[in-house]
Amino acid sequence: MIPNLIKRKIFTLLKVQYSNMLEYRVEIALWAISGIIPFFMLNIWTNNDLNASINMSDIMLSRYFLCAFFVRQFSVVWVVFSFEEDSLMGKVSPYLIQPLNPFFRYFAQHLAEQITRFPFALIIACFFFIFNPESIWIPNLSILFLSIISTFLSFLIQFLIQSIVACICFWTEKASSIERLLFIPTLFLSGLLAPVVSFPEYVKSWIYLTPFPYLIDFPANLLSGNATNISGGFSMQILWILLLFPAFKKIWSKGTKKYTAMGS
Amino acid sequence: MVKNIIDVERLSKSFDISSREPGLKGTIKHFFRRKTKSLKVIKNISFKIKEGEIVGFLGANGAGKTTILKMLCGLIYPSEGTISVSGHLPFRRKDNFLKNITLIMGQKQQLIWDLPPIESFYLNASIYDLDKNEAKRRIRKLSDMLEIDNELYIPVRKLSLGQRMKSELLAALIHEPNILFLDEPTLGLDINAQRNLRKFLQKYNEETNATICLTSHYMKDITSLCKRVICVHNGSISYDGKLDLLLKKLTPVKEILLVCHSEKDVLQIENSGFTVKNKTKNEITIKVKNNSITSSLKTILNNFDIEDLYINEPPIDEIIGKILIKKDYDT
Repeated sequence: MIPNLIKRKIFTLLKVQYSNMLEYRVEIALWAISGIIPFFMLNIWTNNDLNASINMSDIMLSRYFLCAFFVRQFSVVWVVFSFEEDSLMGKVSPYLIQPLNPFFRYFAQHLAEQITRFPFALIIACFFFIFNPESIWIPNLSILFLSIISTFLSFLIQFLIQSIVACICFWTEKASSIERLLFIPTLFLSGLLAPVVSFPEYVKSWIYLTPFPYLIDFPANLLSGNATNISGGFSMQILWILLLFPAFKKIWSKGTKKYTAMGS
Repeated sequence: MVKNIIDVERLSKSFDISSREPGLKGTIKHFFRRKTKSLKVIKNISFKIKEGEIVGFLGANGAGKTTILKMLCGLIYPSEGTISVSGHLPFRRKDNFLKNITLIMGQKQQLIWDLPPIESFYLNASIYDLDKNEAKRRIRKLSDMLEIDNELYIPVRKLSLGQRMKSELLAALIHEPNILFLDEPTLGLDINAQRNLRKFLQKYNEETNATICLTSHYMKDITSLCKRVICVHNGSISYDGKLDLLLKKLTPVKEILLVCHSEKDVLQIENSGFTVKNKTKNEITIKVKNNSITSSLKTILNNFDIEDLYINEPPIDEIIGKILIKKDYDT
């Protein structure tokens, strides 16, 4: 059943969505450029010599923020906005009566967008190395492989969180406002603005219980070669996926009973 | 004996609607205390539809036609009552059920806007588990029937409304569903495109024996496709039966225009007991019951010197207009 689903449906969805994304390549290039927050943060950190307090060298810090940029590029999710728009405009109705959960479409859309985004992210990384030649490094293959997996798991966590929020559309019609609330902890606790290690010890112990540090901080530390608890990080990522997936299924099943097929 | 494919029993649907008073005061009151009320849009309706039937749902805007279709295809959940479509409870949306139905809503599209329709067709084919060769065969067959061979490779955004609607239809029929729910499928199309679409639906029904449930405000769609109609008025069924029987009920008389040689003849006809609708110097229009047309014509032709005569049926749109505002046809 699952191989059939992957082969016939997901693969075709991915292929079609990739063709669709190629129609928007300029937009995607701009989106890639707009994700350079970690480079600004790197500048703030190094110019103010803040990294000394967390025992991280300039080189390791610049590698961390470059990796944070990469992880962000391949884990950014906007499903709540797409679903909200489709739901309000009635576009989701034809998808609901097809033998495929509409979220698979959004999932494929995100993956296709990431594939399209990849060359632009590489070009930006090249520019980064031109200005920071001392930061050039080649991660070993096993670390690279683990980092790709953890980035994908990070994407899955974010996708599930946003899908749950998106399902709130069935009740409130404006689920994106809740997502904006979630954006604040995502921004501050995920490691996008600062490595989580820089937080005070008592705050850190709480942060590590939330899904946020496993979105950017863990995969970025892993890829950049910083010390990190690999098995602990993966366990938490998988645990959050195992918690979020049934929650999504439950809210989806309850929400579709509330669906009124507005706009159609 | 043809079996029932759709069976609806005591079906109702209510929506929670929030309302507020106009003006700033109303807005502030609404902000702090929202008033919602439950609005029953479908009220305790029951009907059955046989396999292969084409049934038209008639009613004014907001009467509840589309809500009924949405419940039949499993898009929305009924508040009360039971629905069985092809032996399934629609709202459970089991794959076996979904592979048997399709819903087409005029002006609502599922095609990917920036890609040629062929991409959406292959995508739908994979969603419905069709292999590539079978998908190709069906696309070829349906595109021949719909006459859209050249448009398959042009981005959807560059197609005309008619071409887009045909492509939507192809995308919705690629899995060869047995039951079609069509909500205003000809909305916005020009007369030729409407006619072609009707021809296609007729042919599809003949070839596949598919059951079709249709709503439309274009009366030609209803009269040329549906033998049976279900009239919906304020969420209740006001008539369920043959269309021609309904038309007979609503138009028990025909109008006969008689062109006479002189005003004297007109006066003679007027004084001979016919119901006169209007008259001019040498023309008179009389109303005659449907069951006495032949005898009335015999009387007129035998007793009066008539230059010409025309028998008029009231325009179909006018009759259907009555349907939309009338509550009951059986009383």
